[in-house]
Amino acid sequence: MTGVTGRPLRDVLDSARQGDIRALARLMARAENHALTESDLDAAAAPDLDASAPPGQPARAGTVIGLTGPPGVGKSTFVSCLVAEYRRRGNRVAVLCFDPSSPLTGGALLGDRIRMQEHSDDPGVYIRSVSSRGHLGGLSATARPMISLLSQVGFDVILIETVGAGQSEVEIASVADRTLVVLAPGAGDGIQMAKAGVLEIADVYVVNKADQPGVHAMVRELRAMVELGRRHVPIVTTTASRREGAAEVIAALTTD
Amino acid sequence: MHRVRVVVAKPGLDGHDRGAKVVARALRDAGMEVIYTGLRQTPEAIVRTALEEGADAIGLSLLSGAHMELVPRVLKLLDESDAADMPVFCGGIIPPQDARQLVDLGVLRVFTSRDSLEDIIDWARATLRPLEVTE
Repeated sequence: MTGVTGRPLRDVLDSARQGDIRALARLMARAENHALTESDLDAAAAPDLDASAPPGQPARAGTVIGLTGPPGVGKSTFVSCLVAEYRRRGNRVAVLCFDPSSPLTGGALLGDRIRMQEHSDDPGVYIRSVSSRGHLGGLSATARPMISLLSQVGFDVILIETVGAGQSEVEIASVADRTLVVLAPGAGDGIQMAKAGVLEIADVYVVNKADQPGVHAMVRELRAMVELGRRHVPIVTTTASRREGAAEVIAALTTD
Repeated sequence: MHRVRVVVAKPGLDGHDRGAKVVARALRDAGMEVIYTGLRQTPEAIVRTALEEGADAIGLSLLSGAHMELVPRVLKLLDESDAADMPVFCGGIIPPQDARQLVDLGVLRVFTSRDSLEDIIDWARATLRPLEVTE
């Protein structure tokens, strides 16, 4: 098949792998608009498979980390902290940030980048804003091929920030290797906590805005809830606005 | 459905983005996907953002008087990135003689406070096209 500029898909993928942002952006637009599917990507990748990789496993795949939680808890600011920490460790990082589309016009105002300005001229970081385009569930209809593409062009870590989520936007858990649920003090009481949905998909709870009143009560309630459940889920407090806590969250993600 | 994606950016040091936000909202209400970058962006960061986002256009808002420095710098960086075809439009406090000069340099359109939001939306709808992606 031919690619966006009349070149074979494999060539465009190679350009993207070598850091051609425009090539990557065009592939992302194709993936977003249903013109590049996961099977297209698999087919283009097949001969590149490392002979030592297990059958069916790509030779190289980035770790996909999802972040979800209610609006206003500091998800974008915390993503920016995570990016900084992964960069400090020498990883190439991609960020996909989802925001809702207008139900009236289908347009969207995508503002997550505002909190990630410090990375906007780092060639080791690729940030793409995505409208949900009416899709419910916290992502968009074509999130999967977009994520596969980022993985295939060689990003070590792919951070996915969902639309600000309530109690049932749990789709992220099915596309991410690990899911962080980000909360902040003052976001609901014990009853809210016990409800099914977003809280059940966490691999790590991040209690952000730890400099605000109510953080201890929130951690206590979360801990009580975790103890009722069947699996241990670490709880980490962070203050993203002061760049505190990213290393601790990464440690919690990798040690359990 | 393919939608027009516009990066709305404020280069330079001025600290007021009400105009940029109003335009960003108006373009959203016109059905476009607007990526807003926030205040105090360098031309380098704006161009990289537009490339990463696969933008179909860049809208620059300038109130500081530095437009004759910053806008040509954005155009030059686009050119150097092999993206001189990306449409750039401007808005803000820009005197008519400067506006003419910017258009000569390659800016597609300069809006000022004399233009209404409807003018901007009508122009954007008539002018901006989403990136071609072949099915």
